[in-house]
Amino acid sequence: METISLRRMAKNQRGTITAVRVAGDLGRRIRDMGLVTGTVITVQGRAPLNDPVALRIRGNTLTLRNNEADFIEVEVEN
Amino acid sequence: MNKLTMALAGNPNAGKTTLFNALTGARQHVGNYPGVTVERKEGAYQRGDFNAVVVDLPGTYSLTAYSEEEVVARDFLANEKPAVVINIVDAANLERNLYLTCQLLELKIPLVVALNMMDVASDRGMEIDVENLSAFLGVPVLPIVARSGKGLDELMAAAQEMAEGRLSPPDPAKVRISYGDDVDQALLTMTRLIRDQGLLKGKYPSRWIAVKIIENDEALIKEVNEDSLELGIRLLQEADIVAAHLMKTFDTYPEAVIADHRYGFIKGILKRGIITHRYDENRLYTSDKIDRVLTNRFAGPLIMLAVLYSIYQITFSFSTLPVAGVEAVFGWIGGLVEANLGDGPLKSMLVSGVIGGVGGVLGFVPLIMLMFFCIAILEDSGYLARVAFMMDRVFRMFGLHGSSVMAFIVSGGIAGGCAVPGVMATRTLRSPKERMATLLTVPFMNCGAKVPILALLIGAFFAQHQAFYMFGFTILSWIVALVAAKLLRLTVLRGEPTPFVMELPPYRFPTFNGLMIHTWERTWQYIKKAGTVILAISILLWAMMTYPGLSPEKEAVFVQERDRIATLYEVGNETGDKLLQEVDNQQEGAVLRNSFAGRIGVGMEKVTWLSGFEWRTNIALLGGFAAKEVIISTLGTAYSMGETDPEDAGSLGDRLAADSAWSPLVAMSALIFMLFYAPCFVTVVCIAREAGSWNWAFFSIIYSTTIAFILSTGVYQVGRILGF
Repeated sequence: METISLRRMAKNQRGTITAVRVAGDLGRRIRDMGLVTGTVITVQGRAPLNDPVALRIRGNTLTLRNNEADFIEVEVEN
Repeated sequence: MNKLTMALAGNPNAGKTTLFNALTGARQHVGNYPGVTVERKEGAYQRGDFNAVVVDLPGTYSLTAYSEEEVVARDFLANEKPAVVINIVDAANLERNLYLTCQLLELKIPLVVALNMMDVASDRGMEIDVENLSAFLGVPVLPIVARSGKGLDELMAAAQEMAEGRLSPPDPAKVRISYGDDVDQALLTMTRLIRDQGLLKGKYPSRWIAVKIIENDEALIKEVNEDSLELGIRLLQEADIVAAHLMKTFDTYPEAVIADHRYGFIKGILKRGIITHRYDENRLYTSDKIDRVLTNRFAGPLIMLAVLYSIYQITFSFSTLPVAGVEAVFGWIGGLVEANLGDGPLKSMLVSGVIGGVGGVLGFVPLIMLMFFCIAILEDSGYLARVAFMMDRVFRMFGLHGSSVMAFIVSGGIAGGCAVPGVMATRTLRSPKERMATLLTVPFMNCGAKVPILALLIGAFFAQHQAFYMFGFTILSWIVALVAAKLLRLTVLRGEPTPFVMELPPYRFPTFNGLMIHTWERTWQYIKKAGTVILAISILLWAMMTYPGLSPEKEAVFVQERDRIATLYEVGNETGDKLLQEVDNQQEGAVLRNSFAGRIGVGMEKVTWLSGFEWRTNIALLGGFAAKEVIISTLGTAYSMGETDPEDAGSLGDRLAADSAWSPLVAMSALIFMLFYAPCFVTVVCIAREAGSWNWAFFSIIYSTTIAFILSTGVYQVGRILGF
């Protein structure tokens, strides 16, 4: 088990969110969309230019930009 | 009896619009909330002798003040106090959807939950214990399938009972979400203060106000301070203490703690056997398999190009016939007036001002309908979100959003579009600054009316490399538009990019009804709102190019000349007719030069010589504000060649090529100016509508003309130095 930023996760890698280190609008938006501590996510894929990233979360798909993913820390399974 | 109000609230993509359409059918009214560009949709609902007004609130994920939509939804709930709120919840995405439900419960409004897409959920092997969910939430929960209408009767029966006060609103004890010891303690103190002083009483529940202050909700804090600044400061102090404490002990923000606990509350409920999965929750469904191809690194962009190109083709080729039809009808009416009214200002005004103006407005209708139809398909099916996902990286570099691509393509990203539907296509953008930047830069694209100008001048001056120049100008319009967007985002629209975090909803087949309603309501808005303003401006422009007319002495010169020709040739003599026509053309030219527009054109030479334009070009540019096609016909009149048909301007091209005031360099400078200066006024009116203020529309005119002038002057002056 190791904790990395969401940006560094590989395709199909799974992990649990341990922290969302941002306040304000962006933080609010991230949390409103269900990306909160304890949520299990899987990287589903990336856009053709590698950014944004698509996540699998509770059976649904969310996308966010890499610079937004930087604020999210994930404990990844190997 | 006073009609009751019902509001529909829910996440985007939860099926809110489908439910709204099913409830109200065609009895809808679309308007705007005051001061913002968010659409307000209302409809009439009837069930037996029960009548209600249904308001479709904008789709939101939460009730924080993240976006205009959320503020609008929240204000509506607080100020208009609907008799019942129907919260539509996507059963296949229960956890996230209940996040909004929690916040509605905390607002203590009469609530009924509609559990939508039960069919999708059961296809995915999910079973939901509706009865227990209702018991835990303390409000009625009704399973429905909005698309097929299943369960709507039961839902509306419950909603009616709630609205008529026969069911009790949410029980505060049941839905009191705990936010952890620290926050709960602070909430207790703050709630007591708020209750004692009656802060915003009757508008929001006191505990809810306290939660929002701890969440650092700026819109609410402002409201609190307006009600009582003293108490506001006191409450903020409390909030700061918790915030500092949480940061010190848990290294986290209060709003994070609150969100975590809300999700914890939902998880707690769902864990108690409310939801059972027959399959792995994250297994891939058909929709995800489609996405493997449609958002594939290589195939994805190619398919997207094909899709965008076909929308473009459909919009512009299918509309040719109806547009020609509309034009023919107005041409016919114009002919009728022409034939039956005596010569004079009234006739001229009716033909050129009124009929031309109304015809101009309605001529765009087939285009707009087709474009909105195509966009509705992309939107309702879920593909538009994928386009945004794939294009975002490119458009973000210029301060725009992935969804901007649509507006650019429609406006003429592939030469021959139209900025009017393009401007209206920006409605699909949800981020305000990116949307405004898109709105202000799409008119730079090569619209269909600019193509004949390109053809005329390129044909006259750069005939050897026509295709190269055509293509070059299309690329140039992209570059100018994107760079201008970047400049705007660095100056007047400065600010952090709007967070991109968004959903890729599962693909769905759009319903025919939904598409029709979507298309029609947007088209109708265009006709109604834009129509009146456009008619007025059209008459104004006509007057500017007609008055004050020629002085009697000058008029007499032309009459004399006609009489002279008439004595020399018999009626019907070919040479005589030609000479008469020439006199007519010269007179029209003289009238134009003497008109207000003409005088302005002459006056503008003082500035425009920098870009190499003389007064004739200036007048044509003024006329081009009516519609870019008018540039060519006005140039024709100004060069005393009679009104020139934009589709057949060969002789005008020859005339320009031979004129000493023109050269390839002047043509290049003129082309650049014509491509980028003020959008035609139909576009300007639409920008005002979409931006929600005329200030932006005027800004659009001024800044694009400035850019055009700088570019063309630069080209002309550098070209002269280089000896072209």
